[in-house]
Amino acid sequence: MAWQWFHRLGSPRWFYEKSAPWLPWLGALTAALLLVGAVWGLAFAPPDYKQGNSYRIIYVHVPTAVLALAGYYVMAISGAVGLIWKMKLADMVMKSAAIIGAVLTFLALFTGAVWGKPTWGTWWVWDARITSMVLLLFLYLGVIALQEAYQSRDTANKASAILALVGTVNIPIIYKSVDWWYTLHQPATIKFTSQSTIHPSMFYPLLTMIIGFYCFYALALIMQTRVEILQRERRTQWVRDIVEGGEKGKGKREKGKVEGSTA
Amino acid sequence: MHPIRKQRLILVLFIVFFSSLAAGLMGYALRENINLFYPPSDIVAGQAPVDKQIRAGGCVLPGSVDRAEDSLIVSFLVTDGAAELEVQYNGILPDLFAEGEAVVVNGRLDGDGVFQASQVLAKHDENYTPPEVADTMKNKGEYDEACEGIDYGA
Repeated sequence: MAWQWFHRLGSPRWFYEKSAPWLPWLGALTAALLLVGAVWGLAFAPPDYKQGNSYRIIYVHVPTAVLALAGYYVMAISGAVGLIWKMKLADMVMKSAAIIGAVLTFLALFTGAVWGKPTWGTWWVWDARITSMVLLLFLYLGVIALQEAYQSRDTANKASAILALVGTVNIPIIYKSVDWWYTLHQPATIKFTSQSTIHPSMFYPLLTMIIGFYCFYALALIMQTRVEILQRERRTQWVRDIVEGGEKGKGKREKGKVEGSTA
Repeated sequence: MHPIRKQRLILVLFIVFFSSLAAGLMGYALRENINLFYPPSDIVAGQAPVDKQIRAGGCVLPGSVDRAEDSLIVSFLVTDGAAELEVQYNGILPDLFAEGEAVVVNGRLDGDGVFQASQVLAKHDENYTPPEVADTMKNKGEYDEACEGIDYGA
């Protein structure tokens, strides 16, 4: 059966067990990339001819913004898979992606404001790029809120998946906003179809940071999904076995234990 | 694929398609209002409201910046290549404000067609270059200025 691998992927237990050995490796890779990228970008890359050293916040601002946008597709696609195949794991990934995406979007907005003050002369302006980014933050927060809004898990998953799918329209709008309208935010520096307008000595540390943030995103998503698995599957025997582990026979402590140990 | 799942897949595509269509139509209807600022040519052509809080954006015409000697009052011309708008401002300019650079000014257009700015923002460009590279590129004439393509001689 061609779909068998796909259905096995949907088993939270299978995912929980298979993902564990990957975590240290992914963690080490993430730490190495972020460390190299940050030191390279903050200490060794040359200053900008106009902005001086203040442009260096690009090494945090751009990766968080890239992942805030890319992560939305992770959330929306998991939502769609959850809707179509009723796959429990997909709903858990959607919830995890919403939490991480909301944090990244907030960081992108925050670093943007910090960068805007010395360069533009203002913390905030309601231009198309920034306003659509705020909308993205509210979409992420809306998905999180809908997850908590219903007694029934099934209804909550369905409602938040539909919101996530409707919100996908915002992603190309954010990306193209600087080209479609007059904005204060500058157009894209890293271009896929033509020469990027950043000097290679500044671009390679940025690329390292972006790849590092992709790894960080994958790591955070897997870890958060593992937490979701333990929380939602807490009544199953295999989770009880993991949580109780060495302290067998102590009985009904599993719920508090799960939440306490994973917070 | 199971028929029920296929049906759900169609529903999902339906949601994405029609919400995109709705957002697209909304953006199309509001297209002028989403712009952060008016270009100088629209203001000079009388398309911007007078004595209302608006923003204008463009490039600071080189050589047009005139600072008062005893106060912070500064005046300069903002251009988009087609028209020039006179801006007056009383306050501290952002560090990146310079001739030949892009700005967005927030304020009111007075009856004489002079823009009385209450805020001046520098709109920096998408180019990042080390200083020494910028110098050599400028010498070779390969360098793109922030306001590239604008004919200041017009």
